[in-house]
Amino acid sequence: MSVSPSFVIRVLALGFLAVVIQVAAVSQISIFGVNADLSPLVVMSVGLLAGSITGALMGFGMGLLVDLVLVQTLGVTSLLYIAIGYWSGRLRELRDPAHGLVPLGVGAAATGVAGIGMALIQFLLGVDAPVSLLLVQQILLTVLVNSLIALPVYAVVRRAIGPSLPDDPRRRRRRRYTTGGLSPLQRPSSGLGPVTRAASK
Amino acid sequence: MHDKQVRRRRAVLALLVAVSLILLSAYFGESEGGPLHGVQRGIVAVLSPIQQGASTVLSPVRDVAGFFSSTFHAKNEVAQLSKANQELRFQVAELKGSEIQNEQLSHLVKLDNDIGINSYRPVSAHVIGSDPSLWYDQIEVDAGRDQGVRTNQPVIGDDGLVGLVTDVTSGDSIVTLITDHTIEVTAEVEDGVGDVGVLQPSIGNPNELVLSDLPHDANIVAAQQVVTAGFHSGNLDSLYPPNIPIGVVSSVNPVTLASSGQVQVSPVVDLRHLDVVQILTKPQAGSTRASTVP
Repeated sequence: MSVSPSFVIRVLALGFLAVVIQVAAVSQISIFGVNADLSPLVVMSVGLLAGSITGALMGFGMGLLVDLVLVQTLGVTSLLYIAIGYWSGRLRELRDPAHGLVPLGVGAAATGVAGIGMALIQFLLGVDAPVSLLLVQQILLTVLVNSLIALPVYAVVRRAIGPSLPDDPRRRRRRRYTTGGLSPLQRPSSGLGPVTRAASK
Repeated sequence: MHDKQVRRRRAVLALLVAVSLILLSAYFGESEGGPLHGVQRGIVAVLSPIQQGASTVLSPVRDVAGFFSSTFHAKNEVAQLSKANQELRFQVAELKGSEIQNEQLSHLVKLDNDIGINSYRPVSAHVIGSDPSLWYDQIEVDAGRDQGVRTNQPVIGDDGLVGLVTDVTSGDSIVTLITDHTIEVTAEVEDGVGDVGVLQPSIGNPNELVLSDLPHDANIVAAQQVVTAGFHSGNLDSLYPPNIPIGVVSSVNPVTLASSGQVQVSPVVDLRHLDVVQILTKPQAGSTRASTVP
């Protein structure tokens, strides 16, 4: 699968813009007492659209940018987002889900992985302050809020990188298998030739 | 062909995970002046003008969303504030009397306690970035070294303490909020005797702090104000000036207070909706009394 320079530029610009918008605006908007988190949704969307390697690379890059911009421990967010990008990509490569609500489910799962994973890493790194059980509630609320915006975020990402997405040979093979390589609308006329009224009876 | 693809995919994944772990270990192990911290500060300095611009451009969106979010909670707040207002009216009447008495006594002992927050040389700054994580409570503000801001300077909002400056570049700073798990503040309860404890966040609950290490026989009740203690011991000064409001005691469980010396505190500042803050660039201004009330 060859990657065009246009695709790389679009993905880089998308990641950068997403982090800037997240930090400058979205993080300051509170919904149900929590903030929406665009970053795992963008990584998930790129994984679902472009596959596991691109998803993992996007996860690493975006996680690193988040850690750099927000002055957090470097590597923590990258580690989590690599997992999100990679598994979203694998889902596409193994199952190629076509249902329109897939990004919603995968977005919820990605946010859950990010929330729980961050908690686990922080516990491993050591936390001196008391931890409230409300943390679980906060993670669940963030998952809920992110689920609400997962579909629009996926649509925006698809619009942004869709035109330059590399053609997937596996998907092309499947299209050839099911439709003879052509659109089903074209298939009867070109494949079978003209069908007369008498022949159809 | 397929095997080659699988091998390549796994190699990329392993490489990325390894790089992340190396970064994590190196960053966690190095000091504040280490190379990775330096790179991070450099990136923040480069990106802050972009962030500042984005913050300005996106402020209408933020305001509209903030309006709807605030309206949602307004009804509950009205009832709570009416009750608090009633209690505060009684306290003001009581304090007026104490203030007159205090002024008279201060004149007698030649102490000038009339210096407000201005003696700490406050620098105003706009919030240009915020952290979405439940674990890190940090904001980025548009005042930095050029404006006299240094690390470990306290930051206040409209009503009280917000946090501490933890990183500074030439034009902006990172402020770690009092709800972040790395921050502890020595605080005093205004319960008549001034019981002192250590204020810590309650991770996962941004609307609550835990005041611990209190005397087990402390006579603390709900709605008492909690302020910075601003201790001074030998060469060791507290990072925070004394008497900056932090919050009010929200609940007291007599059993928990007696056994572990803890009470719950609600911050007075709405830390999720900060627009402008003040950085106290000269926090050790002497034995003055801070006041955020003009």
